[in-house]
Amino acid sequence: MLANYGYKDGSGEFFITVDTDHCVECGEKPCAAACPADVLEIIEDDYGDDVCAVREGHRKQIKYSCAPCKPAAGWTTLPCKEACPLDALQHSW
Amino acid sequence: MAETAVEYWRWKEYNWRDPDLDPREAQVISAGVDVGSVSSQAVVMTDGKLYAFANMRTGSDSPESAQKAIGWALEETGLTLEDLHFVVGTGYGRVNVPFAKKAITEIACHARGANFMYGPSVRTVLDMGGQDCKAIHCDEKGKVKAFLMNDKCAAGTGRGMEVMADLLSVPIEEVGAMSLDVDEEPPPVSSTCVVFAKSEASGLLRQGWPKNRVLAAYCAAMSHRVCALLGRIGVEEKFAITGGIAKNPGIVKRIEKELGVQALKSDMDTQIAGAVGAALFARVLYMKSRKTA
Repeated sequence: MLANYGYKDGSGEFFITVDTDHCVECGEKPCAAACPADVLEIIEDDYGDDVCAVREGHRKQIKYSCAPCKPAAGWTTLPCKEACPLDALQHSW
Repeated sequence: MAETAVEYWRWKEYNWRDPDLDPREAQVISAGVDVGSVSSQAVVMTDGKLYAFANMRTGSDSPESAQKAIGWALEETGLTLEDLHFVVGTGYGRVNVPFAKKAITEIACHARGANFMYGPSVRTVLDMGGQDCKAIHCDEKGKVKAFLMNDKCAAGTGRGMEVMADLLSVPIEEVGAMSLDVDEEPPPVSSTCVVFAKSEASGLLRQGWPKNRVLAAYCAAMSHRVCALLGRIGVEEKFAITGGIAKNPGIVKRIEKELGVQALKSDMDTQIAGAVGAALFARVLYMKSRKTA
């Protein structure tokens, strides 16, 4: 499943896409622990699989929650993406 | 003498029961309760067939809204809450359904409900809810393959339409047809924010625009906004719209035109799709629990 968390507003589109089919195959799920802002969590989805998701409280402010890890803050790679061994995470911005 | 204010936004609340079905003959009586931000629905199914439902406004208290909805759905059925084998809660207030044995997201429930209402050929579901909008891809069993939800702003949602109906003093059921009654499609108003759209619409009225033209501009903006949302995950045919806005032909026709696809039609109330999906999940969960018992 491609789960898109985030929003579109007047300033742009801000979505994190999680390919949860990859999460099912991933044993350790290191993405959540790698996020310095605690944006990600591992949840049991509606079909009983343990998958990565964006925490409810961050979904409407993802642009700001993820800003400290973006190039403007000096990062060249995203810690969550780097941690994911199956390339299951994508940022739209 | 004080005048009673007319609430143009107020849509019809009602309950329904299939008189041809006898719940006493059913093996499994399941129920789904969808407590949304604006409306609540309770659906009762007997062996996977739609038996009864209620569709009403959500109050300030989610547990109370859930109780009222299921109470109204069970009215004159001879059933009580104790007769329901399994209840699933869904929607914005899904964790606040006191008698539900499980909570499932509205995304999974709408996909499953649309599969039941429109048939297994449906692949893209656009749920236009009271305060959010969801684009969902599903397979032939109604299992979610991809989803996207936008609940940051009421623009492009049912509440936005209610605000506009009240502003223009047009009953909400008439908004869609009235918006289509224009010779030429006007430029859309702001689709970024309901507050901006409302002030823009007020300005257009002051400029002398007739109500139908202002409504056309708002419906066009709303349609454009949800089409952009759909654009992120794409539209796979066949395509269906659920939620209260699916009853608004002014929105449905404009979405169909912009996407270049026809939306599927259903005899059932599009607002109950989430609760139908929840009741179907409830049936499966009850049967699973019996197997493991």
